[in-house]
Amino acid sequence: MNHLPLIIKREYFTKVKNKSFIVMTFLSPLIMIALIAVVAYLSQLNNDKERTISILDETGYVKDVFQNTEFTTYTNLTGLSLEDAIALVKEKEDYGLLYVGKAKSLDDVSGHVKFYSEDSPSISVISSLEQQIEKRLKERKLELDGVTLAQIEASQTNIEIAQESFEGEKSSKIDNVVKLAFGGAAGYLLFMFIIIYGNMIMRSVIEEKTSRIIEVIISSVKPIQLMMGKIIGTSLAGVTQFVIWVILGGVLMIIVSTIFGIDLTQVQSPQQEMMNQAMQADGAQVMAENLIVAIGNLPMTNLIIAFLFFFIGGYLLYSSLYAAIGAAVDNETDTQQFMLPILMPLILAVYVGVFTVIEDPHGTVSTVFSFIPLTSPVVMLMRIPFGVPLWQQGLSLLLLIGTFIFAVWFAAKIYRVGILMYGKKPTYKELFKWLKY
Amino acid sequence: MNDLLVANSVSKSFGNFKALNQVSIAVPKGSIFGLLGPNGAGKTTLIRIINQITMPDEGAVLLDGQSLKPMHIRDIGYLPEERGLYKSMKVGEQCLYLAQLKGLTKTEAKERLKYWFDKLEIGDWWNKKIQELSKGQAQKIQFIVTVLHRPKLLIFDEPFSGFDPINANLIKDEILQLRDEGATVIFSTHRMESVEELCDHIALIHKSNKVLDGKLNDIKRQFKSNTFEVGLESFNREKVFAEIQDKFEVLPATFKNLNDDIKLNIKLGEQASPNDLLSFLTLKAEVHHFVEVIPSASDIFIQTVKNN
Repeated sequence: MNHLPLIIKREYFTKVKNKSFIVMTFLSPLIMIALIAVVAYLSQLNNDKERTISILDETGYVKDVFQNTEFTTYTNLTGLSLEDAIALVKEKEDYGLLYVGKAKSLDDVSGHVKFYSEDSPSISVISSLEQQIEKRLKERKLELDGVTLAQIEASQTNIEIAQESFEGEKSSKIDNVVKLAFGGAAGYLLFMFIIIYGNMIMRSVIEEKTSRIIEVIISSVKPIQLMMGKIIGTSLAGVTQFVIWVILGGVLMIIVSTIFGIDLTQVQSPQQEMMNQAMQADGAQVMAENLIVAIGNLPMTNLIIAFLFFFIGGYLLYSSLYAAIGAAVDNETDTQQFMLPILMPLILAVYVGVFTVIEDPHGTVSTVFSFIPLTSPVVMLMRIPFGVPLWQQGLSLLLLIGTFIFAVWFAAKIYRVGILMYGKKPTYKELFKWLKY
Repeated sequence: MNDLLVANSVSKSFGNFKALNQVSIAVPKGSIFGLLGPNGAGKTTLIRIINQITMPDEGAVLLDGQSLKPMHIRDIGYLPEERGLYKSMKVGEQCLYLAQLKGLTKTEAKERLKYWFDKLEIGDWWNKKIQELSKGQAQKIQFIVTVLHRPKLLIFDEPFSGFDPINANLIKDEILQLRDEGATVIFSTHRMESVEELCDHIALIHKSNKVLDGKLNDIKRQFKSNTFEVGLESFNREKVFAEIQDKFEVLPATFKNLNDDIKLNIKLGEQASPNDLLSFLTLKAEVHHFVEVIPSASDIFIQTVKNN
């Protein structure tokens, strides 16, 4: 008799109706968005602060390079002594004083530049000052060699290498960023999903053991049916939660950014000014166009299909192992010793994904790890946006499915014996013996 | 076919440990069959094999003449010793779920649940969570769930644990009624007084082997030692005692009686008839008490286990 739908239904509704699950589902996006909003707001505050920087230039090389910007005003104190200048800056409560001491020659200047301030200055301010001074000194030196400013301007070139594959597919630098973003997001999503919902499955198995209902259930259904029902039911609850998170998060994001006028995309903005400068040079318009082209260039069909298969395969593989752990132990504290061997390949996969796939998506390390079943779902998902031959995807998927079947067999064995074992913490040796029962 | 359940030379090992060694039992239709044995003897393993939770290494189990198949799950109701319910699930929902797992449809299950809830007067528990009930109350629910699908074979492992005497009696009566309605019951317990009260057949498992089985009365007949408990009144106690001791094997006896009697257990030889003893005694003294000593299930249990 097939009880699978019945079990799935129960597992799903028990999870979904659970109070803490409901609270987590609706509270998490709120907390996340609130957190992001606060960070964004704070960094904006920091950025919006107007600062005045005083310049005391005893060489006369750089005093006129600094242009006032929206948030930064420069005042020239040339003529004052250093002591007076410091006193004045202190009194006016300026941000700080840039002092360029007397130098014998242009080459000597670099040793005489100092910044005085009350608190230690922000890195972005300092680097912006450094950049401007460096630029001016370079121009001065070139002028001494007889090059005119106009010539310098004219010599500036901006190279953008247009990339094209042998098949004629055009791509650009931004392509790689987009590919990384897609692959990374897919791999990371799987990783999170396994950790969160794998644990949930494990806890639900332990709960059945501790409440002693297991023998009643097992006299009506096959253990493997119960296990699969649990895995599928919990996963569906997980998908529900994820979908709600995404929708709720998106809606909240829009609401927060329109009502409070906080631009949530500006979270990482210590180097805001520099970024803006860089962007202006490239042209934001071109960037946006490239971005759209890049997304269009992705092998979307392949990506979506592969995502589905590898995601489901990888998730089922790991969750059956989680279920086996749950069956082997009596309470959650005993799970630690068995968790490590499961978490290791998972974390390894993410590291390989982050470090090697970015470096060289088709290198030996990435390729090998995208075949090893325990790491392949994450690594392969990260590789696919860069274009992986179909035979590789197929072979990797085949290996994954094979391992999945083996893992389910293995987990079902452990599960069948383990759910009826009470009161002792099993060792690996005992688990191995259970396989033969 | 008079036996509902037959186990033929069933063996099961866990690693090096042999949990069951060539155990055969036959449970007659409509009987209450006591499955007895000390802790760790292998009873639970046998019960799990009957429930197809564990597969036997050797031997076969037949239900109604057919070897066990997954479809037989519907014909068996099992109340394990290690039992419990989903704590945070509501009583009604939970009963429906478990009934559906046994193959009932939702409407069927609802109807029958209503009958049982009314019968045991627990209708207002439907929307309570299990964790709000007491242990005894949860046990009642568990009992209902076990019998709800009207199985041919009911297996109860320590069904009375956790019940107060009133509820234990209630459940006992329900079991007897189910038996009268045609169900066969396998009953595993350490409480010998309930074995005495309920079982008509027993099997005793000790150290993975079946050491005894049959009708309870036959076994008792087999175990009785032709011993009689007598209470006598006489003016000359020493003389009477000496005369009896001369002729029979005598042991002291203790039983409650109104008079200050000579209380004896007198063991007769294989062939001797109680009438001979009685006529001998009536000549010597006044007989107030004369009962054959019938071994209790408890005596049989202890004696068998000790001898093995």
